[in-house]
Amino acid sequence: MNKKKNLTFRQWMGQEHVAGVVFCMPFIIGFLLFMIVPMGISLYYSFCDYNILTPAVFTGAANYIKMFTDDEVFWQTIGVTFYFALVSVPLRLIFALLVAMLLLKTTKATGFYRAAYYLPSIIGGSVAVAVLWRRMWATDGVINTLLGSIGIKTSFAWLGNTKTAIWMLIILAVWQFGSSMLIFLSSLKQIPSSLYEASTVDGANKWSQFWKITLPLLTPTIFFNLVMQMINGFLAFTQCFIITKGKPLNSTLFYTVYMYQQSFEFYNTGYGAALAWVMLLIISLITLVLFATKKLWVYEGGL
Amino acid sequence: MGMKEKRIIGKAIYHVLVCGIGLIMIYPLVWMVMSSFKKTETIFTTAGQLFPAPFVLENYANGWKGFAKITFATFFKNSLFISIIATIGTLISSALVAYGLSRCKFFGRRILFIAMLLSMMLPAQVLMIPQYLWYQKLGWVGSFKPLIIPYFFAIQGFFVYQIMNFIDGIPRELDEAAKIDGCSYYGIFGRVILPLISPALITCTIFSFMWRWDDFLSALLYINESAKYPVSLALKLFSDPGSSSDYGAMFAMASLSILPAVAMFICLQKYLVEGISTSGLKG
Repeated sequence: MNKKKNLTFRQWMGQEHVAGVVFCMPFIIGFLLFMIVPMGISLYYSFCDYNILTPAVFTGAANYIKMFTDDEVFWQTIGVTFYFALVSVPLRLIFALLVAMLLLKTTKATGFYRAAYYLPSIIGGSVAVAVLWRRMWATDGVINTLLGSIGIKTSFAWLGNTKTAIWMLIILAVWQFGSSMLIFLSSLKQIPSSLYEASTVDGANKWSQFWKITLPLLTPTIFFNLVMQMINGFLAFTQCFIITKGKPLNSTLFYTVYMYQQSFEFYNTGYGAALAWVMLLIISLITLVLFATKKLWVYEGGL
Repeated sequence: MGMKEKRIIGKAIYHVLVCGIGLIMIYPLVWMVMSSFKKTETIFTTAGQLFPAPFVLENYANGWKGFAKITFATFFKNSLFISIIATIGTLISSALVAYGLSRCKFFGRRILFIAMLLSMMLPAQVLMIPQYLWYQKLGWVGSFKPLIIPYFFAIQGFFVYQIMNFIDGIPRELDEAAKIDGCSYYGIFGRVILPLISPALITCTIFSFMWRWDDFLSALLYINESAKYPVSLALKLFSDPGSSSDYGAMFAMASLSILPAVAMFICLQKYLVEGISTSGLKG
């Protein structure tokens, strides 16, 4: 094997640098085979007219040009997706922080409360919940019935109105604030109580403690949550696909769902591949912008 | 009013508030489960009333029959098979890679680590079309292969990262001691590290299983034959307008489909909460 030292196969395998590569082999193969190769293929197809069934025809940047100049739905989905992400993510984080502060106080029931608040996050992405949501907001669904029982008789079609339909998806997203809440909870617990004690001696009330101590020390956690959730918000698929499918009038058509439709329902696979690349660029851009603003508001002084 | 009463009232307000919000949070789920025990034609006429007046089980029997002569037993079997095998693959490959990255020095280790972080950031939706085209070339479309095989190659950086963090916390003296006793790197992994990382493996098992169980997008893309549907996809078709208006049966099957996740959540809550809080990932 190794000419210089004449090692046996066993000895050769036992060397640190060989063992390291051997252990990492699954990832090396997986990364090449399931990420790099597909990305390469799709980059090529994004410059082609391709519909899976017939051979691809190279058309240069035609897909990209069409997207930006001749596709109103593309711009509409960008608008819808940004609206969804920019509204649902901050709301979700605010709820998560508020409830985390409430649950910071440990009582006998804390375990139960934590479970109740976290449960929707566990199953919120499932088809079961999407199916339930569709029925809940129907004209004869549980929401209208409950409204009726408190005196507001209505058969309003929450999912059929271009103004309200997107909000049903936003509420569903905000409902799943549990995992952000747990992250906030664990960083709230790390703030030393001596800081609060010292500021109480100095005459600070709870309100100013929150703004001057809690919030600044939480900014790294908020930042991390914001980045992850913005990416996820931009990529929401299942709930939109099952609950509204973009209806009514594309007012809830998410970018990912549009990409799916172009690729697998309209068979514009080349165009779909181009949409995927643009999405990757948008997400990278959002992440970069967030990181660029980091030093303006994120406290990194340590404790 | 004395201090004591004041504190009791404060406590009561706190519990009423937290409990109230908590109830609103889980109300939709409770409503779904309760509705699955109502007579199907009364679900929406009695939507405001939570408890089923005649408590019936017929929805479960009706729903279980499934569609196109395929019962939900098949769909559950498919989901279990996919979730379990993919999870085993994830655990084995992620543990191996995590050990290599955290304990061995070799050329290219930094690049691999960065690639892993990148794979963590790269969302599945971006890869949806590229991977579809590639799996089609491989002839995998229409089988379970795209839902299982990739997971044997540690493609989910999240799990590698979780286990790496855990291994980093194990003192290196243990490795050194085993090395002096004549253990190779492979021996150290199998006899020293593997037994010690079981808590991390449990956390990973829970997340992997739940994510595979809930996975809808890849089933939608790759499975096109109803006998191979997992529960998520079957439920979607079952609930499509037109195919069935038997909402009782639909809610019954939806309730059953979230049962594994809820059961895991209740039994293994401790591991779940730890996994979320330490890594800060979405659940």
